[in-house]
Amino acid sequence: MKKFFYILACVAICLWFLGPLFFTFLASMTPSSDFYSMDKIFPSKLTFEHIYKLLVNLGGWRAMLVSVQVALIAIAISFAFGIPAGYAITRYIFRGKNMIKLVMLFTRSVPLVVIAVSLVTMYLRLNLADTMFGVALAHAAMVLPFVVLITSSIFSGVFVEYEEAGMIFGLSRFGAFLRITMPLALPGLAASAIFAFIMSWNEVFAASVLAITNRTLPAHILSTAMASPDYFKFAAGTIMAVPALIFIFIIRKYLISMWGISLK
Amino acid sequence: MGNLSQVGDLMAKVILNEVRKHFGNVKALDGINLTIEEGLFVVLLGPSGCGKTTLMRCISGLEKLTDGKILFDDADVSNTAPKDRNVAMVFQSYAVWPHMKVRDNIAYPLKLKKVPKKEIEERVKWVAELLHISELLDRFPSQLSGGQRQRVAVARAIVHRPKVLLMDEPLSNLDALLRVRMRSELRKLHDQVKVTTVYVTHDQTEAMTMGDKIAVMNAGRIIQYGTPEEIYRRPKTIFVAGFVGSPQMNFLPMKVTSSGNQFFAENFGLRIPLRTDPRKDRLTVGIRPEHIFLEQPGNSVSIGATVYFAEKLMSETVLHLMIDGDTTIVVKVPYDLSVEENDKMQVYVDLNRIHFFDPATGERIEL
Repeated sequence: MKKFFYILACVAICLWFLGPLFFTFLASMTPSSDFYSMDKIFPSKLTFEHIYKLLVNLGGWRAMLVSVQVALIAIAISFAFGIPAGYAITRYIFRGKNMIKLVMLFTRSVPLVVIAVSLVTMYLRLNLADTMFGVALAHAAMVLPFVVLITSSIFSGVFVEYEEAGMIFGLSRFGAFLRITMPLALPGLAASAIFAFIMSWNEVFAASVLAITNRTLPAHILSTAMASPDYFKFAAGTIMAVPALIFIFIIRKYLISMWGISLK
Repeated sequence: MGNLSQVGDLMAKVILNEVRKHFGNVKALDGINLTIEEGLFVVLLGPSGCGKTTLMRCISGLEKLTDGKILFDDADVSNTAPKDRNVAMVFQSYAVWPHMKVRDNIAYPLKLKKVPKKEIEERVKWVAELLHISELLDRFPSQLSGGQRQRVAVARAIVHRPKVLLMDEPLSNLDALLRVRMRSELRKLHDQVKVTTVYVTHDQTEAMTMGDKIAVMNAGRIIQYGTPEEIYRRPKTIFVAGFVGSPQMNFLPMKVTSSGNQFFAENFGLRIPLRTDPRKDRLTVGIRPEHIFLEQPGNSVSIGATVYFAEKLMSETVLHLMIDGDTTIVVKVPYDLSVEENDKMQVYVDLNRIHFFDPATGERIEL
């Protein structure tokens, strides 16, 4: 009896998450003739026509490339600052450490809408508006707190003795970090890079406000596909969701260690 | 291969001069003066928190000194980076790098020193044979047992001819049987490679069996530095006397009395003659459990006691004897003695092997 409810709960949860995905994917591949036909729930055949049109004719492919570039720049910037900060939080004891950890999360507590106007004004002054770098900078600022917290939890999983042994046996402090700690932290860091990638990939508001011609995929979809027939909207949902799902699938093993949670 | 085994041709004398290390207000090391002669196996012994690991980390360079100097031979290394001190360390957790094969773990210190490839191969081969890990060279650390990982850690430590070899409680993570075996193996290894070794432990058996000399530490200071025999026979303070020896030494508070020119320490029906005037009213008398006998040895005094409890350890029996309303002493007796609780008995204290301490300062007094 207990087992029955357990299975029931699993099925319910799976349906809750997979149901909408399934119908999104299905609708995105439904021929337009079938889509508005009242007597059909499931299409008679599947087609990639909408997705193809969205990518090629409606500029989706170009936006996707922008998205990838923005995400990569955002990762580079946030890791350049986040890795040293995460390392420092793990390895050193200093005054106000907990305060700093808390304050970093505050950056997420201010809704972007509130600062959007001043942000755009500043971007215009700095000639950053409507550039990929500008959007990437905003995304980097958004993911930085997470990168710091995630990398600090990854570094705390690398025993300090490994580094100390490196220093004893002929490496400098920085050398030990580079040759010992980094290789050991690499799988976790790669996972957190993918996590940062997904955050940037999915972010729509900053991307819409800060750029007009160099729009990332979600911003592009928001401005174009939303005015199109419904099956295009579903196609847009599909091309947004699939890369994120694939990446999450790749890093699923590391998600637990990234957040410092133990499931034992 | 002859030249390979001379690991200790660079062995150094280590001189610690007024070494201090403070963590905030905590004085982890409070003025350490110690000279470790070249080639010796020296054990830093003390309870947890006494500063022994901190002292070793200071020698390695992983901790910076607050004050004082550390010399290797005549060179001041107090401000030298660990990598330039030419020391090696075996960590308590072994710290064998998990992303490298055993072979690369051992070869890495040599690679960093730009030793020619051919020589690296030879040295790795030599040290692997020395520690019986030749067949493990191509494995990753995760495929090794704790004992094997430890051998790898030791191999890595001695392969690059360190001036000083540091070991931080290396046996504490092994099971009891392996620990006993590694004790003798590490000691034999030292005799082969003759590198100056500093070994940290809180286990007095390890200290007594392995060390050429022992530095007993407490509260950031070295209380006594000497051979195991010196430490056992002439402990400098009550702390050392109580820390070394198992079961622990009996400490009895006694009053000093005199009749004519002869002085005595008296209490519990014991009357111990003193050779000279202690110039004190009170003394703490220390008697080791193994120096109390059932039959009268040469120069002894007797004491009446009641058996309170008998610990039968099979190889021997440890008796807890009541000599007063609330004072017990511990006596080591042969295993075949049959006693019952509440038996009355007479035991004899060997007067030649008795220790006197000042109850106020804990210092040893020769009487």
